[in-house]
Amino acid sequence: MTRTHDVAVVGAGPAGLAAAVEAAEAGLDVALVDGAAQPGGQYWRHYDERHARPDDRAGHHGWPVFTGLRERLRTARAAGRIRYLPGRQVYLVTRDEAGTFTLRTTPSGAVGTPESISASGAVGTPESTSASGAGEAAKTFAASSPSGASAPDAAGQVTARALILCTGGYDRQLPVPGWDLPGVMTAGGVQALLKGHRVLAGRRAVVAGTGPFLLPVATGLARAGASVEAVAEANGTLGWLRDPVGAASVPGKAVEAAQYAALMARHRIPYRTRTVVTRILGQDRVEAVRISRVDRDGRPAGPVKEIAADLVALGWGFTPSLELALMLGADTRKDVDGSLVVAVDGFQRSSVEGVYVAGEATGVGGAVLATQEGRLSALALARSLGRPAVPGLMGRLRAAIGRGRRFAAAMHRTYPVPSAWTEWLEERTLVCRCEEVSYGDLRRAHTDLCAHDPRTLKMLARPGMGWCQGRVCGFATAGIAACLNRRETTAEDLRPLSTRSLAAPVTLGELAALDRSRTSPDDPHHDQ
Amino acid sequence: MTPQWFGRSAGRRREGADLVVVGAGVVGAASAYFACLAGLRVVVVERGAIAGGTSSAGEGNLLVSDKEAGPELDLALYSQRVWREDLAEHAPLWEFEAKGGLVVAASEPSVAALRELGDHQRRHGVEVRDVGRDELRDYEPHLSPRLAGAAFYPQDAQVQPMLVVAHLLRLARGLGAEVRTRTEVTGFLRDGDRVTGVRTTGGDIPAGAVLNAAGTWAGAVAGLAGVRVPVLPRRGFVLVTQPMPPRTIRHKVYAAEYVGDVASSDAGLQTSPVVEGTDSGTILIGASRERVGFDRTVSVEAISALAAKAIALFPMLREVRAMRTYLGFRPYCPDHLPVIGPDPRAPGLWHACGHEGAGIGLSAGTGKLVAQALTGRAPDLDLKPFAPDRFPDAAPDTEEVPQ
Repeated sequence: MTRTHDVAVVGAGPAGLAAAVEAAEAGLDVALVDGAAQPGGQYWRHYDERHARPDDRAGHHGWPVFTGLRERLRTARAAGRIRYLPGRQVYLVTRDEAGTFTLRTTPSGAVGTPESISASGAVGTPESTSASGAGEAAKTFAASSPSGASAPDAAGQVTARALILCTGGYDRQLPVPGWDLPGVMTAGGVQALLKGHRVLAGRRAVVAGTGPFLLPVATGLARAGASVEAVAEANGTLGWLRDPVGAASVPGKAVEAAQYAALMARHRIPYRTRTVVTRILGQDRVEAVRISRVDRDGRPAGPVKEIAADLVALGWGFTPSLELALMLGADTRKDVDGSLVVAVDGFQRSSVEGVYVAGEATGVGGAVLATQEGRLSALALARSLGRPAVPGLMGRLRAAIGRGRRFAAAMHRTYPVPSAWTEWLEERTLVCRCEEVSYGDLRRAHTDLCAHDPRTLKMLARPGMGWCQGRVCGFATAGIAACLNRRETTAEDLRPLSTRSLAAPVTLGELAALDRSRTSPDDPHHDQ
Repeated sequence: MTPQWFGRSAGRRREGADLVVVGAGVVGAASAYFACLAGLRVVVVERGAIAGGTSSAGEGNLLVSDKEAGPELDLALYSQRVWREDLAEHAPLWEFEAKGGLVVAASEPSVAALRELGDHQRRHGVEVRDVGRDELRDYEPHLSPRLAGAAFYPQDAQVQPMLVVAHLLRLARGLGAEVRTRTEVTGFLRDGDRVTGVRTTGGDIPAGAVLNAAGTWAGAVAGLAGVRVPVLPRRGFVLVTQPMPPRTIRHKVYAAEYVGDVASSDAGLQTSPVVEGTDSGTILIGASRERVGFDRTVSVEAISALAAKAIALFPMLREVRAMRTYLGFRPYCPDHLPVIGPDPRAPGLWHACGHEGAGIGLSAGTGKLVAQALTGRAPDLDLKPFAPDRFPDAAPDTEEVPQ
């Protein structure tokens, strides 16, 4: 018989770990479901704990926060208050009439699943990238079953009366000519290889895109022995340090930035602002990049320079994973950084009764903010279930979250995706690599076939219909559709490309096992 | 009834049209295209995007194999000719593939029933080839070895339905049609009983005739004109697998056990396995049907049953991953026949709707017949069985759903 938990937390990154331990310590019966084999999420991704080495914490921020949460997770599990289910991806969530949620999960880590795509950091189909080594690593990683994990019920099912969704996000990508060459990776993927597998993806690297996340990637590569030829930052200087709202909100961030600046200097990494990679060159793999100075909107406006490289790490911010929230019908909005995010109130409650959301899925804001939101969601849920609250704690968390949100907004305003980015595209530039859909294909579908909105574009030209189901090209496709209509991207553009009927691929065998008991009369008519 | 009251001259009015087509789904697109070919000035109005309703929620099959003798089979066979002759030059645009359908039977009695059905269909113009147990693997190498026999229907074919809609509308625009998306019909222009155009969120459009091709939502459009057309939603799910090597599954394959049954009107969930490959390598697995109004929540029961029954036909599918599911609402009428033709209760209003799960296949024939009738020619096929006023006026129909 299925045990119905007070709450199921999805994701064991900063938000999910904080939510799970806080809920358990408030006396709730918690299930914690996570796609990875060990806790930490993308942010605290680290080497296999069973083969830990002393320098595991190198390059990690807030490592003591993580080890603290991990210790509390151990304690809560030992006390039977958290049922921890690692290595499982939720592919479907449903809510019955009584308000009970059912999560259906599938073992994660099959090579080529979205999880391993993000883990390997390869921006295209798994077989087309240079990251096959990472794919192999992911396979080995997944094959080794994590010790001490609780077994899910038959058919991988978890039921709970409330949900805290902490599904995080992944690297946001923009297509550029040549980005499908082996040797082009997401900035996050490069970092995941360093942190999780100690794999250096190249020797001569160019890191490009926008935002402060480029800095730890560049310095991480340099520290691991790569020569970082350039960091190309599409926007201006570290302007947020001078932003009165931003820098004052979270003073610690200024210190962090200063540390990165020092590291950049020590490794002599050239930091080029208002510069983008407009083309990646190479025959069978990356050989060089062409960079160009750009104006405020991202239009090439200056000298072009070629830099030899065998690794290009591209990072344009992050795309929150909203599949489960959208599956449940939660309201969404477009955030300052242009991403679709779940709309939540001051207690992390979504528009769906019993569904709390914390971390990047409510707006990209980093690990500290995610941890605070995770805690608040758990405390708010506990209070709604009549558990005693620590006086003043929720108020302090809410104030901190407010400051964190203001800081995040200031960062997003400083590092926007340049509005004219589609001008870097050429007719033959692939936008969707799974289905090999080019920019020209999208333009033709728009002009000739009346595909004016992203959903129709997707149906007629197939961007986002392949293996990754639009995770890689969704943001770009929405942006291209809006641009072809000569307007800005809206939440309505983003929603159809963020919605997925299955949040992860699942075998038909697993689906068939969901509902063995039923028999029904059959019917002669067939769909046409 | 010959609509003498309009011809090409009627379209000379600046804001007007000979024909307003309501709905840019496959039936609306085919009707617009053939009406343009017949010389009419056409405006298509669509409240959402093109192919945004049931046309984007099916599998794109042009079938004769699942039909017994009667008006629907006649229309299906007629449509076959339109697809393969009138539309032949455009076939590659919408990935037309004459792949054929394979109806498989699990037991000897089922094979016997299948043979009987085949004989019956042959007498009415359907091509059927009997397939013995030992030939099954020649047709489909991955079929379960437990099956007893099959019938092959070479006329069954497949298209990509969204591309059909988009290209038919593109061709129609090339012939002078205008397509207005994001334009919802809010009422009708009337002159006494006569319908003389539509009121829309984008303004009035006077027209010689209005064709209601609003699919599952056609009942509501008819209601705006004060006439009852009982089109109801019947929900269906389709599972889509990861891309597979070409020709993993070569034909449209489905199980015979369901063919002989009478068309059901049961509201409960029914599933029958229908498995086929696509140009893009994915395998589509249909088809469930249930009457639950316009409920868009995923049914675990339905997708689970589809997966189980597909595996029963093709055991190798057990380890294949589903990437997504989609759902749609078939427009069906209580007698499972479409509504095609002029509405005597509101002269000037025509209907082409209610094709249930067969709309993609039947659209080509429907469009051509409607264009013939609209321009005063005798249609190639008698439209009487599809008459809009064939339903009792106030049938106790509790299942009509607010739109």
